[in-house]
Amino acid sequence: METNTTSYNNPGAIAGSTPNGSAPKWRFACQVEDIPSDGGACVSLNEEQIAIFNFSRRGQWYATENRCPHKQQMALSRGMTGSLGEQCEPKVACPFHKKTFSLVTGECLTGEDYKIRTYPVKIKDGKIYIGM
Amino acid sequence: MSASNKPIVVVIGNGMVGHKFCERLMAATSSFRIIVFGEEPRPAYDRVHLSEYFNGKSAHDLSLSMAGWFDEQDVELHIGDPVREIDRTAKLVHSRKGIVQSYDMLVLATGSGAFVPDISGIEKKGVFVYRTIEDLDLIREYAKGAHNAAVMGGGLLGLEAAKALLDLGISNPYVIEFASRLMPRQIDSAGSHILETRLKKLGLQILLNKSTLAVEGGESIRTLRFADDTSLDLDMLVISAGIRPRDELARLAGLQVGTRGGILVNEKMQTSDPHIYAIGECALACGMIYGLVAPGYEMADVVVSQLTEGNKSFTGFDMSTKLKLIGVDVASFGDAFVSEPDSRTIVFEDRHKGIYKRINITSDGTRLLGGILIGDAAAYNILLQTVNNRLPLPPDPEDLVLGSRGGAAAGAGVMDLPDEALICSCESVTKAAICTAVMEKGVESVEGMKKCTKAGTGCGGCVPLVKDLIAGTLKANGRYVRNVICEHFDQSRQELLDLIKLHDVRTYDEALGRWGKGDGCEVCKPAVASILASCWNDNIQKQPVIQDSNDRFLANIQKGGTYSVVPRIPGGEITPEKLIVLGKVAKKYNLYTKITGGQRIDLFGAHVGDLPDIWEELIDAGFESGHAYGKALRTVKSCVGSTWCRFGLHDSVSFAIEVEERYRGIRAPHKIKGGVSGCIRECAEAQSKDFGIIATEKGWNLYVCGNGGSKPQHAQLLATDIDSATVIRYLDRFLMFYIQTADPLTRTATWLNKMDGGMSYLKNVVVEDSLGMATQWEAEMQTLVNSYKCEWKEVVEDPALRQRFVHFVNAPRKKDPSVSFDNMRGQIKAKEW
Repeated sequence: METNTTSYNNPGAIAGSTPNGSAPKWRFACQVEDIPSDGGACVSLNEEQIAIFNFSRRGQWYATENRCPHKQQMALSRGMTGSLGEQCEPKVACPFHKKTFSLVTGECLTGEDYKIRTYPVKIKDGKIYIGM
Repeated sequence: MSASNKPIVVVIGNGMVGHKFCERLMAATSSFRIIVFGEEPRPAYDRVHLSEYFNGKSAHDLSLSMAGWFDEQDVELHIGDPVREIDRTAKLVHSRKGIVQSYDMLVLATGSGAFVPDISGIEKKGVFVYRTIEDLDLIREYAKGAHNAAVMGGGLLGLEAAKALLDLGISNPYVIEFASRLMPRQIDSAGSHILETRLKKLGLQILLNKSTLAVEGGESIRTLRFADDTSLDLDMLVISAGIRPRDELARLAGLQVGTRGGILVNEKMQTSDPHIYAIGECALACGMIYGLVAPGYEMADVVVSQLTEGNKSFTGFDMSTKLKLIGVDVASFGDAFVSEPDSRTIVFEDRHKGIYKRINITSDGTRLLGGILIGDAAAYNILLQTVNNRLPLPPDPEDLVLGSRGGAAAGAGVMDLPDEALICSCESVTKAAICTAVMEKGVESVEGMKKCTKAGTGCGGCVPLVKDLIAGTLKANGRYVRNVICEHFDQSRQELLDLIKLHDVRTYDEALGRWGKGDGCEVCKPAVASILASCWNDNIQKQPVIQDSNDRFLANIQKGGTYSVVPRIPGGEITPEKLIVLGKVAKKYNLYTKITGGQRIDLFGAHVGDLPDIWEELIDAGFESGHAYGKALRTVKSCVGSTWCRFGLHDSVSFAIEVEERYRGIRAPHKIKGGVSGCIRECAEAQSKDFGIIATEKGWNLYVCGNGGSKPQHAQLLATDIDSATVIRYLDRFLMFYIQTADPLTRTATWLNKMDGGMSYLKNVVVEDSLGMATQWEAEMQTLVNSYKCEWKEVVEDPALRQRFVHFVNAPRKKDPSVSFDNMRGQIKAKEW
């Protein structure tokens, strides 16, 4: 993975982040080793706070906004990650009130009408890029 | 059938029963057009829980229907518009606002009003009735200027009203009852006596045998004069002395009414006019007025059945009740008052704890007839079922009130109930219906059962029974009801802990690989993290991502995303030098400071990036982590003890410090708090802690399994007059037993409540070593004690760990720009979210 380029284009995310349907603009976020294995961390990109999650057990990466829509807290990157159900839907739980969100669709998995923005992730030469 | 030619059902009254009737009729059929007239200015609300209006619930919270329900259901509702006349010949009703509406069937659900005794001066200002939300608004407004207030009536409603007075902060509330006891219809004199004692403790004054002659004063009430020549000075009086059926409309229409009020109905709830029904508290059925909601719902069901060609009839209703009055359980079931020679009575009375239990059994001792429970009504459901289903009694019927004193539970289990046993009387759900839902529809939770059968959605009193039935049915069908951690692990916490120890597993990943599936979640990760910490006591920073956010950052996340820092202050003892350091650090990092309930000092508002620097300064001054963020030992609170206090028997501070330093940092299924008091005055409040140590003349008394929080529970006595070394030994065993067997996030009190055999079992295990585990547990505890390290220090001294404490990994020095504070009383405060 260190030398190859791998994209993690979460379904629905590109369309969500680029309303005109154009290809996302990749922005350098940080080094792969800045994000803990099977956990998350936050980067500042374009004055926005982006949470990046490293599912190293499965070799997958996800990125979302860092804000939890429930109480507008910049905290999702500090939440515990995991999966839901047989399909192993990747998710994160906000540390404040344990609302969980799908990292693929951004939808709230604890039965409420919240949604978070998700972004595609690309790994190239040990560097993480976010499609915005 | 179009709306215009559907037969019209007019309902007069939109109270709980009238509303339930509409719900049930709409659920049963769509072939009627329903038109409702209500007197009150709002749609039906939960009158049973009216007193919660003073306890923070709004009129909206109490409402029985979602906004838009009437529109969705196409039920026409006229609120604030009572019917003033029924024209039975033309089958028309006339409303106050002038609506003239024809009907095919008419349902009277006019309910009841407060019974106001005919006493001179009762019309004075400051005299209220307690019946509607509007009454409550008036009471609340007037109560602002009142100090001495009384409720007239010591029955069920009167005591509810008394609770309202307490909630309103009346300094001198009284309850005045005409009879010689409280709740004369439900409980006996001995039961009333226990109830009085408990209510007095809550600040209520109780006056019995008081016949009120007159309300005296000028324009407003000043004094209440009684027949025994005594009087009581009052600013305010709330009358709750019973109900009076609202039958005036029926009388006017020439319907038959009872001599003492109430609209006469037959078993089909039909009045003397077959096109008119009456239900709820306005109806006189089987010779009585039913002043509870469950029989009213039953009556509504009967009318629905009649309208839909069913044949349900009303033949009386079990008036057994269980309620919480001002926090005290009161229950009365079956024939509560029957006495010799028709029955034998077994009474248990505990004046110390304020518990009274009476059961009446047949003379031959085979059947239960009824009884009364005050202070502890946990057995109500099963006792009521035992009466209603004529279940056989155990050989020693006293076990029903005392609990079995050896081995199996007393009396019948839920699974012994017959299929037709009515479990939820509000929604008429039988045992068979619940068991069928479990077996055929796969319902496995109370929530699921509520959706599927509506059982437990009314008063909620049957929920424990429903829970037991679900578990019992699953078990009876060979389904082992396992208390698994979450969807990723098929083990209970205890099973997983045993596996982890046996296989020497040291990481979450290894545990997930061996026994789990998927990627884990926010439930199993911290649970496993806690197990690993309890087994091996490795630094939790080695696996930061499986820790709850607080453990991951070794601080408590607060509103706004900053953290609070609590250094350990063992036993609450601190030097002036250290206090100065805390002040300096707080000033330097702009932190809000507050003394905690556990005799420590909490510093709020720290940015994640500042945490290691703050810790470093605290550690340099001799502080260490207080583990306020962990499911671990928090504090051991102490009183000042014999070193200063003239009453102190032993040095409670020194012992608290010793105990706190012994167990610091040890992780458990939930937080653990302790307390040490130097004498029986108990200034350290040790009996509200997971373990409490209280000095006696001869040594210490050790209490365990108490907690504060939302459901406070006193700790229970484990051992008396033991020396300090024995306290430590018992605590080692007790804590290890708890750590190894409790479910995740279960405090010691809940753990004990769920334990088969309860306190006597725990005593056997800890004191008598009945499991033979004492030596092993003491050794395991010693290993944990020996391997203690300050987690803050390990971060401060390790640059790699330190690096993790940043908000932006791509801009380590940048603080979260979304954090901002307000000012309050000269300190910062988190911005409102």
